[in-house]
Amino acid sequence: MATALTRKDFVSDQEVRWCPGCGDYAILAQVQKIMPEFGIPRENVVFISGIGCSSRFPYYMNTYGFHTIHGRAPAIATGLKVTRPDLDVWVVTGDGDGLSIGGNHLIHALRRNIDLNILLFNNQIYGLTKGQYSPTSEVGKVTKSSPMGSVDFPFNPITIALGANATFVARSVDVEQKHLGDTLKRAHSHRGASFVEILQNCNIFNDGAFNDVTDKAIKADHQLVLEHGKPLIFGKNRDKGVRMSGNRPEVVTLGNGVTEADLIVHDETNLALAFMLGNLQAPLPTPIGVFYATSRPTYDAAMNAQMAEARAKQGEGNLADLLKRGDTWTVN
Amino acid sequence: MALPPEAAGHAAESSGLGGGAAAKPHARRDSVVIRFAGDSGDGMQLAGMQFTAESALAGNDIATLPDFPAEIRAPAGTIAGVSGFQLNFSSREVFTAGDEPNVLVAMNPAALKANLDDLPPNGVIIVDREAFSEANVKRAGYASNPLTDHSLDKFQVFQVDVTKLTTAALHSTGLNNRAVFRCRNMFVLGMLSWLFQRPIESTERWLEGRFKKTPELLNANLMALKAGFNYGDTTEMFASSYEVQPAKIVPGLYRNITGNAATALGFVAASVKCGLPLFLGSYPITPASDVLHELAAFKNFGVYTFQAEDEIAGVSSAIGAAFGGAIALTTTSGPGMNLKAEAIGLAVKTELPMVITDIQRAGPSTGMPTKPEQADLLMAMYGRHGESPIPIIAASTPADCFECAYEAVRLAVKYMTPVILLTDGQLANGAEPWLLPDVSKLAPIKVEFASNPDGFLPYKRDPETLSRPWAVPGTPGLEHRIGGLSSEDQTGNVSYSPANNELMVRTRARKITGIVREIPPTSIFGDVNGGELVVLGWGSTYGSVREAVKQLRDKGKSVSHIHLRYLNPLPADLGGQLRKFKKVMVAEMNMGQLLKLVRADYLIDAIGCNKIQGRPFKVNELINRISRSLEG
Ligand code: SF4
Repeated sequence: MATALTRKDFVSDQEVRWCPGCGDYAILAQVQKIMPEFGIPRENVVFISGIGCSSRFPYYMNTYGFHTIHGRAPAIATGLKVTRPDLDVWVVTGDGDGLSIGGNHLIHALRRNIDLNILLFNNQIYGLTKGQYSPTSEVGKVTKSSPMGSVDFPFNPITIALGANATFVARSVDVEQKHLGDTLKRAHSHRGASFVEILQNCNIFNDGAFNDVTDKAIKADHQLVLEHGKPLIFGKNRDKGVRMSGNRPEVVTLGNGVTEADLIVHDETNLALAFMLGNLQAPLPTPIGVFYATSRPTYDAAMNAQMAEARAKQGEGNLADLLKRGDTWTVN
Repeated sequence: MALPPEAAGHAAESSGLGGGAAAKPHARRDSVVIRFAGDSGDGMQLAGMQFTAESALAGNDIATLPDFPAEIRAPAGTIAGVSGFQLNFSSREVFTAGDEPNVLVAMNPAALKANLDDLPPNGVIIVDREAFSEANVKRAGYASNPLTDHSLDKFQVFQVDVTKLTTAALHSTGLNNRAVFRCRNMFVLGMLSWLFQRPIESTERWLEGRFKKTPELLNANLMALKAGFNYGDTTEMFASSYEVQPAKIVPGLYRNITGNAATALGFVAASVKCGLPLFLGSYPITPASDVLHELAAFKNFGVYTFQAEDEIAGVSSAIGAAFGGAIALTTTSGPGMNLKAEAIGLAVKTELPMVITDIQRAGPSTGMPTKPEQADLLMAMYGRHGESPIPIIAASTPADCFECAYEAVRLAVKYMTPVILLTDGQLANGAEPWLLPDVSKLAPIKVEFASNPDGFLPYKRDPETLSRPWAVPGTPGLEHRIGGLSSEDQTGNVSYSPANNELMVRTRARKITGIVREIPPTSIFGDVNGGELVVLGWGSTYGSVREAVKQLRDKGKSVSHIHLRYLNPLPADLGGQLRKFKKVMVAEMNMGQLLKLVRADYLIDAIGCNKIQGRPFKVNELINRISRSLEG
């Protein structure tokens, strides 16, 4: 007689400690809002994080939670999910945690396709350590550790995930509440590792990093919302689109002989297209939504299937027999 | 004991298969140490292991020590590619694989050169004569052929045309030269089996299993084995065969086991006993990988093996599995221990049970990966930031790895703590007969997951053990958060309170020191009421120390031996036991790590006996060192 859970059931009793105005609040609110919709008992939900501002997340969720060490959350989540496939396991990480110190674990969790929901809060800065450039910061960024501007070329989280053969790759924005909620729900319904990059504003150390896609006045001209099976149209007046010019994408204005039929139609199952969209840069718009979704056996299911197969073939292990394996002899 | 002193005809001409006919006499020996040496591809490890199995079946007590080359496939015929396997089989109790071989089997000049220094005068050398071609002699770095230049005159050399005889025996098979060449090890095994009166049936059965899918190779190997056996019988080179009578051994069912296999089985046994799945997160590393291989084959026991992307993921995935309620393990060697340190600290802080097995090898850095050492003790003790004590257990023989692995799991789940199990490369690959334990008599391991939400707090401790509850996800009403940040007593909520931090650090330390209640009284081999000198050891030095102490006691010396299994905490009575002796000598394969702990903990002016050569102590080295100390 399970009573339906509400948002409040997922709010822990811990005081939220992010800086006022931080984009993390909006993400937390959205996750707490959508959790009841999954109909999963709270005790079966686990949030695992590493280190960084974003990694405080599990403390605020009234589920099982594990705030671990820098970069290792995907590896810890792997051990949990493999042995406990019954659990709904989420990983919360950031651009420093997931792409710098923990880059190795992230790509391997993705390629193995462990059934995890991985949320990477990308604020393009180290917040917790007070503002050094991160592996997603742009070249030339002036920070405390790069007074003359960073000479460090950035990673692109989407193409990293695609390159690691992730089976679900999406991007959303902290303040786009509906889009964020819908994207997280899609991610959650995906079987396998789902990777969601969430553009997140650090108003203390990197304020306005994503202004072009969040500022109401201009965002419509910079945000390209990806929808499977729909042409790539954007702009305040929905009059701009992306089409192929030879084998390169270009922005065109609809009208004057250019019609929707000339535009690229988004296909989530097309990896090459996903890479191309993942690499779109100004003056081309910033895509948000699902870049790529495909189905592949998950590591956790495959491993548990092998265990079941071994049991079916060899029978449940018998310890006394196991110890006796090989050549034995009796001494009288 | 030089062997066989009776055998005349050094470097005798081989007489081929058609030699003598009458049954030859047996000569008795107490113990024999054989070293098999050859190119990595010569199959000497296999020959050695099978000879060991035959000897075990013949009722001897045995100890073995494989010696792997550093390179996987060093150029053929070079010293770097020499692989060895030493076996001590005896009618008495043996503790080590023997200081020096009585018999050296050298399949090529490099194998001879690499091992000759260890052979005592009058020792027996058996070589494949044809392998001593000019080119091979040169490749091994010899200026002239040692078989003809009289440099081996102080030894007994038997030159056997192994290659030619194997080729002749396999002529009818039509196999190519390469395949025939690969059967030489079975010819040698057959010959030695005859020489030492070992029955070859067990090897025949083993070959049948190994070559199940390739009947032509099975047939060839069987033919080579029998040809070698018959050759021993018929050649005039060996005047007699040798017999090593069965040893007096505790009755029961035995099998031969390596340390790594025993470690794996100990973990499986523990997981079966507590009814929880076993999870190993591990990254391949010498000499630990065999534990991963062993466990990977036990899926029908509910054993998960996860070959992780790196050492850190190995331990981290295990922490995740522990959080979820599995018996969690990671296995590694020194370099991997360094990488795991931070994650182990997380397990200490979050008080999750797991076992970290460090199969020590010679360092620092990459060091000598295939060679043993005991220099990770202080890292196991202190190699993490902050105050993060961990129980440490060390296995002393290959079979003891079973009990230690089992005990490590028992302590981990009882005290909700990571436990470090130390073994080393010598234990990992060395083998000894193992008296199979009665499964029903293994110590019980009780695990009770928390289930009652009433008054549940993640850091509410058991009053006796001080362990916190194991509350696994999926349990309704126990939702809670844990993490690496300093946390409040009872609730586990993040806390920066100074007094609370000290309370939590001290409580965890008390929990670990409380494990002394689990440690049985320290037993002294020798003068139980005290005497001149006690040798204190731990880990794989057990065999050499025990043998050395025994031999000295046989000569009337007041020397005793204490060997530790529990290194943290140390046994409660250890200080008192050590103080019964005028001198305390700590023997270990490092620069004095247990020595430092003993001196610090007990203020005893102990002395060190140390070796850092990637080789176990020889019994004679210890005898000399102890004797000097007794005199000095
Ligand atoms: S430093 Fe930046 S990212 Fe961190 S909590 Fe403050 S605003 Fe948010």
